[in-house]
Amino acid sequence: MKIKIIFALAITVFSSAILYNCSQSNNLGSDDAAKKVYVAPGDKDEFYAFMSGGFSGHVSVYGLPSGRLFKVINVFAQSPETGYGYSEESKGMLQTSLGFIPWDDAHHPELSQTDGVPDGRWLFINANNTPRIARLNLSSFETEEIIEIPNSGGNHGSPFVTENTEYCVASTRFSVPIPNRDVEISSYKENFKGSISFIKVDPKSGKLNLAFQILVPGFNYDLAHAGKGPSKDWCFFTSYNSEQANSLLEINASQNDKDFVAAINWKAAEKFVAEGKGKSMPAEYFSNYFDEEKQQSVSNKKTSVIVLNPKDCPGLIYYLPTPKSPHGVDVDPSGEYIVAGGKLATVIPVHSFSKMIAAIDKKDFIGNIDGIPIIKYESVIAGEVQDPGLGPLHTEFDGKGYAYTSAFISSEIVKWKLGTWEVVDRIPTYYSIGHLMIPGGDSKNPWGKYVIALNKITKDRYLPTGPELTQSAQLIDITGDKMKLLLDFPTIGEPHYAQAIPAEILIKNNKRIYELEKNKNSNAVLSEKNARVERKGKDVHVYMTATRSHFKPDNIEGIKVGDNVYFHITNLEQDWDIPHGFAVKGLRNSELLIMPGQTKTILWKPEQVGIFPFYCSDFCSALHQEMSGYARVSQTSSNVALKFN
Amino acid sequence: MITISKLLMIFSAIILLSLMFVPIWNIDLNAPQYPEGIGLRIWISEITGKNEFDLHNINKLNHYIGMKTIEPDDIPELKIMPYIVWGLIILGLISALIKKRTFVLSWIIILLIILSIGLYDFYMWEYDYGHDLDKHAPIKVPGMVYQPPLIGTKQLLNMETTSSPAAGSYLIGLSMLLAVTSYYISGKEK
Repeated sequence: MKIKIIFALAITVFSSAILYNCSQSNNLGSDDAAKKVYVAPGDKDEFYAFMSGGFSGHVSVYGLPSGRLFKVINVFAQSPETGYGYSEESKGMLQTSLGFIPWDDAHHPELSQTDGVPDGRWLFINANNTPRIARLNLSSFETEEIIEIPNSGGNHGSPFVTENTEYCVASTRFSVPIPNRDVEISSYKENFKGSISFIKVDPKSGKLNLAFQILVPGFNYDLAHAGKGPSKDWCFFTSYNSEQANSLLEINASQNDKDFVAAINWKAAEKFVAEGKGKSMPAEYFSNYFDEEKQQSVSNKKTSVIVLNPKDCPGLIYYLPTPKSPHGVDVDPSGEYIVAGGKLATVIPVHSFSKMIAAIDKKDFIGNIDGIPIIKYESVIAGEVQDPGLGPLHTEFDGKGYAYTSAFISSEIVKWKLGTWEVVDRIPTYYSIGHLMIPGGDSKNPWGKYVIALNKITKDRYLPTGPELTQSAQLIDITGDKMKLLLDFPTIGEPHYAQAIPAEILIKNNKRIYELEKNKNSNAVLSEKNARVERKGKDVHVYMTATRSHFKPDNIEGIKVGDNVYFHITNLEQDWDIPHGFAVKGLRNSELLIMPGQTKTILWKPEQVGIFPFYCSDFCSALHQEMSGYARVSQTSSNVALKFN
Repeated sequence: MITISKLLMIFSAIILLSLMFVPIWNIDLNAPQYPEGIGLRIWISEITGKNEFDLHNINKLNHYIGMKTIEPDDIPELKIMPYIVWGLIILGLISALIKKRTFVLSWIIILLIILSIGLYDFYMWEYDYGHDLDKHAPIKVPGMVYQPPLIGTKQLLNMETTSSPAAGSYLIGLSMLLAVTSYYISGKEK
């Protein structure tokens, strides 16, 4: 009898193990999925994906569908690997009104657009912590500009662009006193304000300029998207904490049935600014630009900003009541539907742009806050998606009439139909999806082949790595009626939002080298003949060249303890993929990675006497190991003459 | 009166003008590190890269084997050759306009002599670059010389080196063909 029971138990365990394995493998996709993500050796991916590096402060570049990582672009954080933020040329990029801030929390990459379609010129990304927006050049894949946003407590709802990249926007997540000052925190309702900024993008150079800010009630402004097509003159911003709580927000900011989507007519704002309705207000912020020819950052301190007050500007801004602390706000490819992700709501509310305009014309308002009319919910709502999963956050579009919404709490993507608002499919994500991304999925022309889930938690999905686990992306095929999981891959930092663009759009403009002839860096040495060392008081300038496989000069004597030694290194190569590194023993700054034709400078302050080797830290050539030299450091009082060869 | 033979001879001379605009010889290098190839283009008056920075890069690579830097400015032939080509064009036009056939024949012979000298000179330059190596070069392979072939392909360490005539050479050939035809026809026109 006992034996029979044990035998029966064994069979049960065995068969459930088989069943479990089967269900697992169904989950993971089939051979078919493997084929769809397999990019054979030497072949190239179909899309570039740019993912925010989250708390790393960087942007990572992946290929789709393979999920292979190609590059980490240094943006808001120092990188000792490349010297970004350490080199004399790049330090200025991280300058702010609060001083040098060498880190940040990067959230939302946004491709520049022409006629509502990603054009591959630039990528913008926001710094959430110390409010900033960066512009990356998609030919060099380097950060070209960082502008600070004044009067902001945290730059979360940013840097979404208008249809022709006329503006990037920035809304403050935390309201603060404007201008910032020493007040009691409990005076929140009275003293704290929000700000929404419009940063003009120069259509040729891409240069950023803070055009104007709109002063808004002290809520938490969360996310944004610009309109397109019929709604192209408008931008939409979600807000939560319309309760205006200043403590224990998880409870106190979750009381109101509805918070707001703010709809701002930026064309009207331009008109009000032109009419002089804006007030110039003192505000300190930095605008940092990297001049590619000079290979040098230029930091400009700005001292004022134009501020519009909605009370003086009727028609500038309206509030659309939206259920329960909405997070994402996304506009469908036609520009008619404005989808809000009410993260505590039981439905996804979809506003109609045409109904909004009709309601404004009829003045169908239920009140106003600080001069901002509140449109009646029923007059602006196009429909509600029922049973959309728990914790709906963000929505992207496939261009075929469907929307895909991420649901954080139920950890799934929900596919629903625009117009009928019915849910047609859902797929689990592993686990706790935040943003999701379809290539071009927030534009007028989505390349609706894949949706990528960007997950916060991975638990058991990968080999464990101690308490800290990777975040992840999941590639899902959306070409059929049913979504199909194809691939999991780990990400750098937390991949909040992402953008993707067909590879061929970027490949044709890809920069291979910096031309030596165009190198206008003031410390560049374009020929070995001019390599030299000069002393100016306590400053020693080493004008050095690097080429396969030597530095010139490679022996330097006459450096003294207490000197400031500036190594200005020019990579004389003009061949693609031949960078040189530069590393000095005990250099308390960083190493350098210098691209062909580029000049970079690193400061070394020797504190001990002795001989200090330096070498190339990027395996450049067959004689890379020989690419080295010595610096001799003598006592401060010594009279060793400056000598080099 | 302009006869067909004269017309052919005029074309023959004028075709040589194209040498101002196209290279006469290619040297192409293939190596694992250069999947897109790298190479030199030899013109009557200059040496350039197949891609913008190839000459710069080839000189960088060559320093490992101790080959002299290829400095087009230091090669006197590149200064002389344009004058020779202009001379040939003018002589060709003169021989087209003068009634004596022997002028055309002499022009063909002069062209042949110049071509032979040119090829020999090119071979000597290749020989010099390939053999006269810095004895302190980092890479020294006993018995190895780095002379590219005059025409054809040869493996030089990691570089598969192919030397071949470029468009200019084919146009010289066409010019020669027209001159010979002109000479042949002019015999019949009498």
